[in-house]
Amino acid sequence: MKQLMLGNKAFARGLYEAGCSFVSSYPGTPSTEITEEAVKYEEIYCEWAPNEKVAMEAVFGASLAGVRAFCGMKHVGLNVAADPLYTMSYTGVHAGIVIGVADDPGMHSSQNEQDSRHHAIAAKVPMLEPSDSAETLEFVKLAFELSEKFDTPFLVKMCTRIAHSQSVVETSERVCPPVKPYEKNIAKNVMMPGNAIRRHPVIEERTKAIREWAETSDINKVEYGDKTIGIITSSTSYQYVKEVFGEDVSVLKLGMVNPLPEKLIRDFASNVTRLIVVEEGDPIIEEHCKALGLKCDGKNELPLCGEFSQNIIAEALGGELHEGRSLDVEIPVRPPIMCAGCPHRGIFYTLNKNKCVVMGDIGCYTLGAVAPLSAMDMTLCMGASVSAVHGFNKALGSEGEKKSVGIIGDSTFMHSGMTGLANIAYNESNSTVIILDNSITGMTGHQQNPTTGYNIKGDPAGKIDLEALCRAMGINRVVVVDPYDLKECDRVIKEELAAEEPSVIIARRPCALLKYVKHNTPLEVNTDKCTGCKSCMRIGCPAISMKDGKACVDKTLCVGCDVCTQMCGFGAFERKE
Amino acid sequence: MKSGNIMIVGVGGQGSLLASKLLGHLLLTEGFDVKVSEVHGMSQRGGSVVTYVKFGEKVASPVIDEGEADFIVSFEQLEAARWLKYLKPDGHIVTSIQKIDPMPVITGAAEYPEGLIEKMKEAGAAVDAMDCLSLANEAGSSKAVNVVLIGRLSHYFDIPEESWIKAIEKIVPEKFVELNKKAFKLGREFEG
Repeated sequence: MKQLMLGNKAFARGLYEAGCSFVSSYPGTPSTEITEEAVKYEEIYCEWAPNEKVAMEAVFGASLAGVRAFCGMKHVGLNVAADPLYTMSYTGVHAGIVIGVADDPGMHSSQNEQDSRHHAIAAKVPMLEPSDSAETLEFVKLAFELSEKFDTPFLVKMCTRIAHSQSVVETSERVCPPVKPYEKNIAKNVMMPGNAIRRHPVIEERTKAIREWAETSDINKVEYGDKTIGIITSSTSYQYVKEVFGEDVSVLKLGMVNPLPEKLIRDFASNVTRLIVVEEGDPIIEEHCKALGLKCDGKNELPLCGEFSQNIIAEALGGELHEGRSLDVEIPVRPPIMCAGCPHRGIFYTLNKNKCVVMGDIGCYTLGAVAPLSAMDMTLCMGASVSAVHGFNKALGSEGEKKSVGIIGDSTFMHSGMTGLANIAYNESNSTVIILDNSITGMTGHQQNPTTGYNIKGDPAGKIDLEALCRAMGINRVVVVDPYDLKECDRVIKEELAAEEPSVIIARRPCALLKYVKHNTPLEVNTDKCTGCKSCMRIGCPAISMKDGKACVDKTLCVGCDVCTQMCGFGAFERKE
Repeated sequence: MKSGNIMIVGVGGQGSLLASKLLGHLLLTEGFDVKVSEVHGMSQRGGSVVTYVKFGEKVASPVIDEGEADFIVSFEQLEAARWLKYLKPDGHIVTSIQKIDPMPVITGAAEYPEGLIEKMKEAGAAVDAMDCLSLANEAGSSKAVNVVLIGRLSHYFDIPEESWIKAIEKIVPEKFVELNKKAFKLGREFEG
């Protein structure tokens, strides 16, 4: 049956149809829905791992045990999992392994724009790259077959526009290969120098064999049209090229982006007058062509930064450009913001008020950097807040310790904040770490994690006690605070910054968007009491605005958290029960 | 209409995902190739969001670029204006007159521009501006703004009304079907 399917859902369908039986992932936009959809199939064991490295290693174990296995992550997650990846390339697989990695050109929801193809090349792991949902489903199934045929993990690279676009797919039945009996194989699976030295040449031969396979496989397709221009492209760029030029150009569409074919590209180049490479991200195919001695255009015409679109390609390569009308009006930007009732707000307000230096981290709370809270000094990657505040304090001594904090969410702390805290405890900086425990992984759309007490299906699961964990790591000062209580937040933050030893403040309150969280009656402003002083505006709540010189609450947004009530010196916020 | 590009724009959390799901299902059932492109993740947190729905014999690019939209369906005035440059010269805007202040306006760093609907009309755009929130409330829930907008949009398609109703029955959870059918009719019968 033909149906519209999200790219990520088609990926999950591919896992199902290929007989994949084990999935371990860490959520990250735009990859999250692959695993969220996979868990809907009873036949597949699925879990959220604490981070991508753990997920990939779990998948390696499942493959050794003889079942087809998958882990999914966003591009930066692959950096975390790079360590096992580079050596899993050497061991190869027992049952097939597919790794899904989703890049985010344009940075819709990411801190950088890295191109995952570099990892594929460096790790010598083959990579497929689909251009719509139907290809995603097909490529995932093929990747498992090839993984076993060539004895290697396979990367399948998504990007935001493929992962989060729906297009038409046709599904088929699940075919589950039997579990491959476990075989002890020290020479292949124990990567100590003596064994790894023997594996490396095998990997080089494997790459040659896969390249040879890719020369003639229909994973790479030639579509000849007018031969004046020949375009080599892949993924969503292929769709933009087709949109702009249709049959007016010849196209070599690459479905396998590592290893890249040589003969196929030479043949294509020899049949066209002008060769152009159209690829988002870095000039990887382009440099491959140039290394083959072929003259081609690419990044000299097209941007290195951001996403492509049909207009970008039309403008660079001489297609029909569409122009819209403009309005002679200044349109204010609408950046993402912390929701009304977000438990992070009170902490960031307090940090700003105390002029703290704030080492931030990755999650909804990165929005603490946005005005009027503006309470963040750096954000780098998962876990960096905890490690960086230690470095800051070691470098500045008590001058730093008295004003700096590292701030990190519960899920991010489990992901990679714990090792930073171990460093604080071990190397003894008087650092203050704030864990924003909103009982969920928020930004990626509410996934469970090891501190929530529930697994990916929402069933009860092991629960890590954050206070006990921090104490066990050698932190004596562990304080829990309700972030809705501004006075208490202020008192605790001042006290812990002044303390002459490391401390962890756990700001605990569930995300206001969680279904089980009960909201209070929305507040109203008594306009007789409101003096229009705008004190309440300093917390940056989207439910509060100024109308005719007085504060005004949007009742459809307000959840009655009362943080604004504590800001008001005139008792103007009232609740009519 | 043999092919078309529809943009659904609004503020994160306003219900654009249901609108795009409904359109996608309907257009596929009508025999078109369809692509729907959404935004997830950070942008959903009260930011400006856009969904692209494209249909035709064969759709290549999943996104709509400047000057390419036949329709902009907007949940909010400022968002309609923000995406105006994506409208085709003969394109159509169907918008709710609702205003939601973005954070720079809330903090006083910027002003919400006045008279946006008139200004878009002066710029030559065909604009249906509707009080969708009131119509949705009349249907039974403020959350039905999306289906009110779809109702008005349906007015421009030569797809029979029954097909739209069938799509609503298929996509909307059962207990909200009647409410949404009413919202659809209120939108469809709106006199601009």
